[in-house]
Amino acid sequence: MAKSIDVSDLNIYYSDFLAVESVSIPIAARSVTAFIGPSGCGKSTFLRSLNRMHEVIRGARVEGKVLIDGQDLYGSDMDPVDVRRMIGMVFQRPNPFPTMSIYDNVLAGQKLNSKRIKKATADDIVERSLRSAGLWKEVKDRLDRPGSSLSGGQQQRLCIARAISVEPEVLLMDEPCSALDPISTSVIEDLIHELKTQYTIVIVTHNMQQAARVSDETAFFNLAGVGMPGRLIEFDRTEKIFSNPTASATEAYIQGRFG
Amino acid sequence: MSHVLDATPTLRLPTKAAHLVVAAALLAGVGVWLTGDSVFLGALTAWAVCFALPLWSLVVEGSRKATDRLVTLLVGSAFAIALVPLFSILYEVLHRGTKALGIDFLTFSMRNVVGEGGGIYHAIIGTLLITGAAAVISIPIGLFAAIYLVEYADGNRLSRWLRFLVDVMTGIPSIVAGLFAYALFVLFFGEGVRLGIGGSVALSVLMIPVVVRSSEEMLKLVPNELREASYALGVPKWRTIAKVVLPTALAGIVTGVTLAIARVIGETAPLLIIAGATDSVNFNLFDGRMATLPVFAYASQRNPGIPPEFSIERAWGSALVLLLIVMLLNLVARLVSYYFSPKGER
Repeated sequence: MAKSIDVSDLNIYYSDFLAVESVSIPIAARSVTAFIGPSGCGKSTFLRSLNRMHEVIRGARVEGKVLIDGQDLYGSDMDPVDVRRMIGMVFQRPNPFPTMSIYDNVLAGQKLNSKRIKKATADDIVERSLRSAGLWKEVKDRLDRPGSSLSGGQQQRLCIARAISVEPEVLLMDEPCSALDPISTSVIEDLIHELKTQYTIVIVTHNMQQAARVSDETAFFNLAGVGMPGRLIEFDRTEKIFSNPTASATEAYIQGRFG
Repeated sequence: MSHVLDATPTLRLPTKAAHLVVAAALLAGVGVWLTGDSVFLGALTAWAVCFALPLWSLVVEGSRKATDRLVTLLVGSAFAIALVPLFSILYEVLHRGTKALGIDFLTFSMRNVVGEGGGIYHAIIGTLLITGAAAVISIPIGLFAAIYLVEYADGNRLSRWLRFLVDVMTGIPSIVAGLFAYALFVLFFGEGVRLGIGGSVALSVLMIPVVVRSSEEMLKLVPNELREASYALGVPKWRTIAKVVLPTALAGIVTGVTLAIARVIGETAPLLIIAGATDSVNFNLFDGRMATLPVFAYASQRNPGIPPEFSIERAWGSALVLLLIVMLLNLVARLVSYYFSPKGER
């Protein structure tokens, strides 16, 4: 488990519009990489291109290469469905399936794909995933309750449990804490620290303190102006970015002078 | 700040003022009615008395509150007027229909019946079979069309045309649907064809657009986040639709389908043309004429025979049974949408 990602010279288009321009970035296995930058700079688009989720939008396409442990993500023999089984994703807003119980939500990856699993194995997966997501103690007595009966922070951890129950190689998180209160946020940040030992994690965040707290490496994205493509400005160790950034735009952004 | 608020007078009508005025209005109305004038004049009197409330309010509370009360009164009146035909129909059908109702009425056909007696068993069977077959034809077509429009079409030219045609189809007069079905079956069976399944085809022409439109609205309501969550778990699109989107929208779809059935179950004109009428029970949709409740009610009223009262009583009885079936359908739809709606949102 846990694979590295190597992106080289990636352009992302929505129809004719170039949204993200020539990004090259190496992401190490078992590390946390944070993407920061102003709204509209393409960091979410770039994140979604890492498991081909952006293809859900009509007209979206990429040029360039994304290698997962040397395997080309956009190779002609790659099925986007397989890519997404390998690279899980947690979204900005908690989105448990409203028709399913907590138990079924955790097993959604298996159930929706109609995988036959023994009851004991299923129980095992549910407990392990919920423990990893730090939610087991809170919900172990009400696994049959609907997922939407949980609080926002619990729902988000349920979504994390759901994402890791299929044992992905990489976990992408798109502003996972932006809809949560500070306490739930810190629970999830602790969780990211623990998950790092097993998964490669990429997280988009608008909260620079959060990027500084959870990540090993940080990538700063920016765009020259409205209608211009987003670009990767700087990518380095998180300490370096936050203490002594190379680019002046990075420094201005993390000091809050724009964005 | 507070002394400004204190400065404005806060005179109000007593909280029971509205009840008081309405009670007085009802009394006045009933008074006029009982002293010999018509019910209509009584109702008009009651309505006029209600305007005492905004006037009283204007004197005591000032113009803003009086306007509020006046508009509330007007909106309430519109609601009451809308209820009048509904209750009138219910009263009339119950009043006249219950006389005919009974075990015999529900279990006998009209075969060899002249004058008193007989029942609508044949028409109930016909209505249930024809409408059921119409539902079997319409639901898959309508639902799959809606799935195509919402999940696959993505606003392409075909979907715009489809949506336009569905809108046009919603407005097709039912007699046209009947003629279409007749013309279709004449191609295969020759002039004068009468078939139960022809009625189903006619009804499904009317039903499909309603199913498409209501299902489409329900599918659109399913948040995109759920689809994305499913895709992100490596679930293919068709499984996402079958296992996430449809279950989430199920309650609304079932309600829409039930309303579509209720809409076509009372259709008379198309069935008159293609399903015809008969006095006997016919279980075979593919062979011969089939009686239905609306056509039976029409025929009983149109050609009552001598003496006419028994036949007319049966017409009202069949109308009542039809109404009960529709009500039952609505009840089932409500139960289904209660039990299938996403948990935690009840």
